[in-house]
Amino acid sequence: MLLNRTLAGLGALALTLTLAACGSDDPTDTDSSDNGGSDGSSSATGPIVVGSAAFGESEILAEIYAGALKAKGIDASTKLDIGAREAYIGAIQDGTIQLVPEYTGNLLTYFEPDATATAPDEVESALKDALPDDLEILATAPGEDKDSLNVTSEFSQKNGVTSIGDLAKVKGLKLAANPEFKTRSYGIPGLESVYGVTGVDFVPISDGGGPATLKALLDGDVDVADIYSTTPSITANKLVTLEDPKNLIAAQNVVPLIRDDADSDEISGVLDAVSEKLTTDALLELNTAFAADSKPTAADVAADWLKKNGLA
Amino acid sequence: MSSVFDEAVDWLTTSAHWHGEEGVPHRLFQHLGYTTLTVAIAAVVALPVGLWIGHTGRLRGLAVLVSGALRALPTLGLLTLVVLWQGIGLTAPIIALVVLAIPPLLAGAYAGLEAIDRRTIDAARAVGMTEWQVLTKVEIPLAAGLIVGGLRSAVLQVVATATIAAYIGLGGLGRYIIDGVAIRDYPQTLSGSLVVVVLALALDAVFAAVQRLAPRA
Repeated sequence: MLLNRTLAGLGALALTLTLAACGSDDPTDTDSSDNGGSDGSSSATGPIVVGSAAFGESEILAEIYAGALKAKGIDASTKLDIGAREAYIGAIQDGTIQLVPEYTGNLLTYFEPDATATAPDEVESALKDALPDDLEILATAPGEDKDSLNVTSEFSQKNGVTSIGDLAKVKGLKLAANPEFKTRSYGIPGLESVYGVTGVDFVPISDGGGPATLKALLDGDVDVADIYSTTPSITANKLVTLEDPKNLIAAQNVVPLIRDDADSDEISGVLDAVSEKLTTDALLELNTAFAADSKPTAADVAADWLKKNGLA
Repeated sequence: MSSVFDEAVDWLTTSAHWHGEEGVPHRLFQHLGYTTLTVAIAAVVALPVGLWIGHTGRLRGLAVLVSGALRALPTLGLLTLVVLWQGIGLTAPIIALVVLAIPPLLAGAYAGLEAIDRRTIDAARAVGMTEWQVLTKVEIPLAAGLIVGGLRSAVLQVVATATIAAYIGLGGLGRYIIDGVAIRDYPQTLSGSLVVVVLALALDAVFAAVQRLAPRA
């Protein structure tokens, strides 16, 4: 009996899921063929659920989007900490969420693993082409969260290094980064082919530019460290982030990813105004505030920032 | 569509993976190096203390408490903590691994001595042996099986955990596992894991043989 009931329940669940999948698939198909993906402003805007990936910056950005929308009287809520990209892209495609903060470069490689664009505008246009019909991106923010090569200010002054290309003149260079840096195009191979920096002694440290990498850099065990560009430790330790004029490291501008059927002129207007203010310095400031000893929530940090920037 | 196992077999049978700095023999050699160094340091610390506790019967409660606490420490967390204090290099993973190796060595030593029939030891004293002679001529030989058992357990734990050295830029077999995960090269990760497993089984077989040679208490 119990087994029968369980099976029946599972059957019903499967049926519901199938119907739900049809329900979300079909309209978008007709939508995109009807208005050629121009915009969805005509469709009635339901409540907007803003999702986020499972890390602080993404949660703060999601709260900022939701806060800015609510300030303009749009029904918005958040569903934070969904997980990795596979998980939240799935959630936005099935309509569980309508909007999620994204990064142009990584989102492009998600939909197009062989993408080669690295400059911000190239990445953005390639991304627009690569997105499925039911999703679209709004205006990109100037701020980026991406791999960045950092040196201490002493090292920078002593060796006259301010740009990645300057590293070519330093002998016996030691560089710490995640292990994938050794083989990825933006890593050791790119340093050689794009900037002519050769003979680098690579030290793989698997903490994503975290405390162990920082310690190695500050101790002088390594000369260069790959740390994400919006990490508070960069400003806290007065590190010099090396310039990348040849776009070795692909652009990762913050961008709102939204369901085509959830977008309207009103919503894109609000989010464009937010994106305009989101510089890399602003992201650093947000992350620093989030990491403060008082342990504020992402919502608190977002609300403060919105108020300060006159967006709420 | 070949499975990741087939791809791992391909990886392991590619001759390029068996030569040079990044080849399996060199990584294996590094891995054994970390293991040997760790167990040697841990033995120098833990065996005398364990033998003293077993011989005198003092501070046994404390030893159980301390080794229990040490066992509970997550090695990767400890590694990160030591790195923040000592920086990257060999010191940090060796300290983290020594902490892992001490409890089984300590337990093997004092438990081995405790397991000896008290009448044997009383007899040794009765024939006029000094305490040192009792320890070296009676207790250690009779406890050898359990002492080697402690060593066996320590070596196995360290050989399986020394992969964390790769987390902070050192070599060893952990390189394949950590580098493979980083670039989603799972055949490489699986191959590295398989080599660790084979190494652990081989070492365990050696210790099993040695333990069988030791006299029973």
